[in-house]
Amino acid sequence: MSKHQRPRILITGAAGALAQQVIRRLRESCDLVAVDFREQVYLGDDIPSYCIDFNKRVFEDLFRRYEFDGVIHLGRILSSQLTRMRRYNANVLGTQKLLDLSHKYGIRRVIVLSTYHVYGAVAYNPALIDESAPLKSAGLSADLVDSVELENLANIYLWRYPELNITILRPCNIVGPGVRNTMSTLLSSERAPVLAGFSPMMQFIHIDDMADAIVAAWAKPVKGVFNVAPQDWVAYQHALKLCGCKTIPIPSIPPSVPKAIARVLNLRSFPPYLMAFFKYPVVIDGRAFAREFGFEPKRPLKEIFRYYRDNKKPV
Amino acid sequence: MGLASYLRSKLIPAELDEQVNRIRKPIGTLGYDPWGYNNEAVKYGFSVARQIYEKYFRVSASGVDNVPAEGPVLIIANHSGQLPIDGLLIGYALASREKNPRIPRAMIERFFPTVPWLGNLLNEIGAVLGDPVNCAKMLANNEAVIVFPEGVRGSGKLYRDRYQLKRFGNGFMHLAMKYKAPIVPVGVVGCEETIPAIANIKPLANALGVPYVPVALPVVLPAKVHLNFGEPMYFDDTEIPEEQVTERVEAVKAEISRLIDKGLSERKRLF
Repeated sequence: MSKHQRPRILITGAAGALAQQVIRRLRESCDLVAVDFREQVYLGDDIPSYCIDFNKRVFEDLFRRYEFDGVIHLGRILSSQLTRMRRYNANVLGTQKLLDLSHKYGIRRVIVLSTYHVYGAVAYNPALIDESAPLKSAGLSADLVDSVELENLANIYLWRYPELNITILRPCNIVGPGVRNTMSTLLSSERAPVLAGFSPMMQFIHIDDMADAIVAAWAKPVKGVFNVAPQDWVAYQHALKLCGCKTIPIPSIPPSVPKAIARVLNLRSFPPYLMAFFKYPVVIDGRAFAREFGFEPKRPLKEIFRYYRDNKKPV
Repeated sequence: MGLASYLRSKLIPAELDEQVNRIRKPIGTLGYDPWGYNNEAVKYGFSVARQIYEKYFRVSASGVDNVPAEGPVLIIANHSGQLPIDGLLIGYALASREKNPRIPRAMIERFFPTVPWLGNLLNEIGAVLGDPVNCAKMLANNEAVIVFPEGVRGSGKLYRDRYQLKRFGNGFMHLAMKYKAPIVPVGVVGCEETIPAIANIKPLANALGVPYVPVALPVVLPAKVHLNFGEPMYFDDTEIPEEQVTERVEAVKAEISRLIDKGLSERKRLF
């Protein structure tokens, strides 16, 4: 960090709500550069913002020009977006490019945002899954392969280039104002589908808490893989009730029936490949991260659900 | 007063509400724990279980105070009777005891989570998928955990094999040793007679993806149930070969066998 007065960080996925929260928290103390492959967002005169595909050669120019100290990689395309192929290109190959460049330009800190989906929803999952548990989701749905591949890749770089100080974060459902993922869309809707007779335990983290977690991870260069989740749990259908959603039960057995229905409905908020997550719990243990980074979520579940109940129109 | 709150006031008297609230559980802000245990559901479960326990099976339990008041403990029992009624009765006996009641967690068959409604219901009243990781994390949480080491071998056995203990798995002993959890053996007598099965239709069980399909009357008979809780057994956590672990398991099995015999000799009649 001798090159500049303040650390200079590249933040990807800048158009997303989470990245903007992270930027808000870091802009006082760091020089930030924002990129997003989807759109160019204006973040104020002090933050250069670009719309670049990581797989294009111009991406390297950013590294040459700005001499980054760290990378916060939040630009993961969600499983509900784009096609499987384009997602693979962006998430897996794009991340590889990003990590290669990080290595080439001597970056000292990389934070990669993953998801708890990598563990996969299986009937035999124990609760409080810790980071060493096998990642089963690739075997369950081809639509989640890129999530697991992204992790594998980041893990390979984590061990091959220890100087990159890579930290992979696997958060539970990120929800709250501005979040556009599947779960947030469901909680903010008037009616939400449920699998009849199934109400798996779920965990939710407020977007502001998640941003705090990322900032905490930035502040302490400890490499490794960490779950991020509060020590609080709620059953899916109970969460919907607290958000003021009416539930629409979908026949749940045999398992092919709800999948077929989801395919016909073709809802972005209830995709067939996430069906298992509405059936079986994936409860992760976030204690290792909390201990290591001194992180404590501040927004309780009740506050999160109150927000969705009071803002029924999707944001 | 709405219907829901009327039913609640009828089903859950104030002292029951108080009793369940008094039992400390590591739960989150909405009353759930990571395994799906729910304080509110337990109150309903408690109220229903009381009828089943006192009126239907007229359970006589002895030695329930052998379960320590706190700290991790494994409650090991013989399994029988096709449905996990024995787990429910042991759980109720411990939750309703006068001094230091505890709400134990029962390890259940792997197929339950795949059954709609039933899987969630069992989770809410404290039952947990019988996975060693779950059991370990619960013992680390100082829970009392009910384990039937016979698994489906025990619950699915036929009436002609009643009160013959099947093979015990060794998993519970490893966990007891690792977490320094005492083992309280329990002999259950009476559950064998609740759903006497004469045969098991294996092909149908395979087709349905369930462990067994018994040929039995479609009723649960009101057999009188005797629960005999033994003295806690302590095992140290020294590194020993599997053979010696099996010996320890056999010691627990022998104790349960003794408790069953005690229950059988105490029993005056089946119903």
